[in-house]
Amino acid sequence: MAPNDVGSTGIGAAVRRREDFRFLTGRGTYTDDINRPNQTHAVLLRSPHAHAEIVAIDAKAAKASPGVVAVFTGEDFKAINGLPCGWLVHGKNNTPMVEPKHPILADGRVRHVGDPVAVVIAETKDQARDAAEKIAVTYKELPAIVDMKAALKGGGTPVHDAAATNLCFDWELGDKAATDAAFAKAAHVTKLDLVNNRLVPNAMEPRAAIGDFDRATGEYTLYTTSQNPHVIRLLMGAFVLGIPEHKLRVVAPDVGGGFGSKIYHYAEEAIVTWAAKQVGRPVKWTSERSEAFMSDAHGRDHVTHVELALDKDGKFLGMRCETLANMGAYLSTFAPCIPTYLHGTLLAGNYATPAIYTNVKAVFTNTVPVDAYRGAGRPEATFQIERLIDKAARELKTDPAELRRKNYIKPDQFPYQTPVALVYDIGNYDATLDQVLKLSDAAGYAQRKAASKAKGKLRGRGIASYIEACGIAPSNVVGSLGARAGLYEAATVRVNPTGNVVVFTGSHSHGQGHETTFAQVVSDMLGIPMEQVEISHGDTNRVPFGMGTYGSRSLAVGGTAIVKSLEKIIAKSKKIAAHMLEAAEADIEFKDGKFTVAGTDKSKTFGEIALAAYVPHKYPLETVEPGLDETSFYDPKNFTFPAGCYVCEVEIDPETGVVEVQSFSAADDFGRIVNPMIVEGQVHGGLVQGIGQALLETCVYDKDGQLQTGSYMDYTMPRAGDVPSFKVAHSVTACTHNPLGVKGCGEAGAIGAPPTVINAIVDALSEYGVTHIDMPATPNRIWKAIQDAKAARH
Amino acid sequence: MPTVNLTVNGKAVSANVESRTLLVNLLRENLALTGTHVGCDTSQCGACVVHVDGQSVKACTMLAVQADGAKVTTIEGLANGDTLHPMQEAFRDNHGLQCGFCTPGMVMSAVCLVKDRPNITEHEVREGLEGNICRCTGYHNIVQAVLAGAKAMGR
Amino acid sequence: MYNFEYQKASSAADAAAKIKAAGEDGKLMAGGMTLIPTLKQRLAQPSALVDLGGAKDLAGIKVEGNAVVIGAMTTHAAVAASKDVQGKIKALAGLAANIGDRQVRHRGTIGGSIANNDPAADYPAAVLALGATIVTNQRKIAADDFFKGMFETALQPGEIITAVSFPVPEKAGYVKFPNPASRYAVVGVFVAKTGGGVRVGVTGAGNSGVFRAHKMEEALSKDFSAKAIEGMHPPADAMNADIHASAEYRAHLVGVMAKRAIAAAG
Repeated sequence: MAPNDVGSTGIGAAVRRREDFRFLTGRGTYTDDINRPNQTHAVLLRSPHAHAEIVAIDAKAAKASPGVVAVFTGEDFKAINGLPCGWLVHGKNNTPMVEPKHPILADGRVRHVGDPVAVVIAETKDQARDAAEKIAVTYKELPAIVDMKAALKGGGTPVHDAAATNLCFDWELGDKAATDAAFAKAAHVTKLDLVNNRLVPNAMEPRAAIGDFDRATGEYTLYTTSQNPHVIRLLMGAFVLGIPEHKLRVVAPDVGGGFGSKIYHYAEEAIVTWAAKQVGRPVKWTSERSEAFMSDAHGRDHVTHVELALDKDGKFLGMRCETLANMGAYLSTFAPCIPTYLHGTLLAGNYATPAIYTNVKAVFTNTVPVDAYRGAGRPEATFQIERLIDKAARELKTDPAELRRKNYIKPDQFPYQTPVALVYDIGNYDATLDQVLKLSDAAGYAQRKAASKAKGKLRGRGIASYIEACGIAPSNVVGSLGARAGLYEAATVRVNPTGNVVVFTGSHSHGQGHETTFAQVVSDMLGIPMEQVEISHGDTNRVPFGMGTYGSRSLAVGGTAIVKSLEKIIAKSKKIAAHMLEAAEADIEFKDGKFTVAGTDKSKTFGEIALAAYVPHKYPLETVEPGLDETSFYDPKNFTFPAGCYVCEVEIDPETGVVEVQSFSAADDFGRIVNPMIVEGQVHGGLVQGIGQALLETCVYDKDGQLQTGSYMDYTMPRAGDVPSFKVAHSVTACTHNPLGVKGCGEAGAIGAPPTVINAIVDALSEYGVTHIDMPATPNRIWKAIQDAKAARH
Repeated sequence: MPTVNLTVNGKAVSANVESRTLLVNLLRENLALTGTHVGCDTSQCGACVVHVDGQSVKACTMLAVQADGAKVTTIEGLANGDTLHPMQEAFRDNHGLQCGFCTPGMVMSAVCLVKDRPNITEHEVREGLEGNICRCTGYHNIVQAVLAGAKAMGR
Repeated sequence: MYNFEYQKASSAADAAAKIKAAGEDGKLMAGGMTLIPTLKQRLAQPSALVDLGGAKDLAGIKVEGNAVVIGAMTTHAAVAASKDVQGKIKALAGLAANIGDRQVRHRGTIGGSIANNDPAADYPAAVLALGATIVTNQRKIAADDFFKGMFETALQPGEIITAVSFPVPEKAGYVKFPNPASRYAVVGVFVAKTGGGVRVGVTGAGNSGVFRAHKMEEALSKDFSAKAIEGMHPPADAMNADIHASAEYRAHLVGVMAKRAIAAAG
């Protein structure tokens, strides 16, 4: 549907967002916009070293500094638990991962640049900062462990004493013997070494947290920049500070983007909550951007060797992979599941490869912890599959699109059991391929290539497919794989006496437009105008429970929880209507907001039923309770499997190595779509994060563990001028196991774009004999690849 | 502490601030105009863009005392009551925002960029927004919004 | 940011008096586009800041004989938009139009940029290549005598740039390869052809700041064409290196940007 079609507010309409008015007029309320009466300000002193022992901390001068209320160090947190990890991975031989304590403030040792050492609380932020500079910390520096391969050799002081060779776990998935057998009979084997570059998520709103403690009620309140306030309440309350849920309220107000980085429970949240009680006043902390670079969880950072076995006809026989995954200095909340259950399980991609084996070694290093970032494991899997297939196509001198088509899982093969644990419910990969070839004008490519050549530019065209697994589930299964949480979602639908509706959802919205999309679902199902529907999220005192927003799960899981509650509302309303209309319940039909006795013109509107539920006169009180308020917890039966195919064309200036993305076409299958305008916006955003990874972004540490990309002066964020406008299209195979038939769209672009761009660049450089280039493909790297290839030929 | 007198969104205001107070802090903390955001500390992200005497500037890279005597417009001063400025309306109509954090700066930059340029090109818009970073939208819809806003402002 | 005493100067003379009174820990502020971020990072701790923003006599552009004279407090946006600069030295207007971003260009000034002499700033390349004269409240300094390596200039304590006088060249061109993150120059080359010969100013690349590419100048003085400097570039060991560009790559880019600057000069 064209974005301008706003004729209706139901499912499928491109309804303009209800949240926009407040954001466009500066009336959003982000955490840093909140100020509590009598509030103090916290500033953290962070380690300048990657690895060092703390010999002594002298905070006397800081405590005496003007405006200082308190100074706390690791000593004050010794008796307090560390930050918990939410996933226990077992490696080979059922060996559990090494799980060292992640202290709130460094406990005798710092393990990455930015590791918090002390906190100063003062009347103003400037006073806190002035005082933090006066804390004298004596460090004894230790050699930094930065490179993963070197780290695994051991030697020196490991990051954690419990892991002598810095190995967190050594995990495998798939049938190794069957895979090796496939390679033994292969007609052709393609091999590739690649790096999935470390990224910094960089939501535009820096993290912030305000802790508040009410001595009268004993209740704590934490305002925080979170994608999942209930998860923070559980992790911080139960595992760190020992505050029971009924005495802890967590509020995540408007949140300025997350991309995964605001899922996790961070030290600063615990610090402000704990300190609020200590100092008897609210404590506010707001991250600076430079602080964010060294304290927000990073993403990706894999080093991989991967091989593909093909028969003489180009059919895939097997794939095997060896990956080193960087965990950083501590285990962030969901870190261990990213390179394992969100990565290894996706290695079949869109293909009917019969045998797959992967081995992942997770490594501790003296760097910022690594966790999920938009895509989380799936971009890494997709990058290695799609780069490998492209290399195979080039080696076999075959069309990369047709090699993919030949090996796709075909529509009649669903449900499809992959050799790496997942069962795909539905898809049509040929359809997205056909759609993207048309969208990207495959037929006109030769002409465009010639035109580029005439300008002295190298043109390349790249294609990549992707599949992702969204709405991680069911809880029983993930529990058996090590998850320490359930992965359901909760929703309450509250119908008020005059027929308006408030939905309380655990799916937090921080850019995704839930306040609009969810309201469309309600409007559609209840047949009432959207204006009568309010979506409430982000406050544990209002929403019954919630697991939050990540992994493109909101509509498939959170939306389904709403649908389940709406179904209960409708079912109860039918009972009430039957009584009021003096008909059998089975004869009541509900359509367009009206309950009608089948075959008659006797009906009651939704509003009349709502009023009756709250003013229960002439009401079936013996069988039906008054009120109209229903809660559901929905635990999905399976993941959903969005998939798609992307094409990118680039032009390279061979003299400078500068790449210009000339066009980018995306054909996605997200199942049914509720708001196409919002879905396309999600695709655009994901694509630019993916193009950013491919061309611009990388987090660099030097050999001493110093962060070289600690601000926007060095970490290249994509800007408007770096990317083109996009061509986006959808096809639909409806998800088979949720009532809306939806799959999720948030991460697709970030998953599919990197291999598409790199495949296009390698295509452009193929005339020099270049077969691979690592991300980000910066001008310097491309220029060097051309020089090296030229030199190799002479 | 120095006193600064300036006009913000058409109203005369006066505040006592330290010399080191940034304009963005004066707006956010002294005047409670929290629509102007801070997204970085190296003057790049543009979340803090406001108009000072009609020109877009980064309020994180200007001292409050430098704005003494100036006319400042923030995102809160753009709409006319509940009637959005044409550029705000264009952002809404083209889904040019997601999380909303970069949006105030983006809109303020856009208004200044397209002033008297109803026929600005897509390329000029993309180049003209180089001082503003958005992490959500991929810029596609922002660019559409700015082009539409430019036309609407020209009418 | 550490606190400081703020003083607003109403003229160049007032600024000179105020900065003298402030003593050695006083600092002048022009547009503040580099100074304020530096203060925010607590990398400088001036006791007093003398703001030149109110010194109306320091802003403005005029044509004097065969020179374009730009007041020190003229913003990049004003230089870029100036009909005089566009008409006389188009490459200089183009350079100003691509410094930083629009918001930086609304505040940043030519005087501030030159006084700071950031090794990756754009203006120093133009000042050097055009053989400009830096006018201060005390004297006139030739471009060749002004830049003294990274962040160092010939300015004495308390000396204030009042204007920069650019002789109008026969032809000039500037092309920069911007740092993708910061927008500063990884390499920027300004080429100017005058009656007195050809001068080539290179910013961003050198490991001791802005420099003149003398060998290129010799070749171009004989034949002002891209062909004349084909394959020519400075030695890599004189180049800066960082995560964005190796020394070898920078050296190569100097050659490419120089050729493109000549093409741009027409």
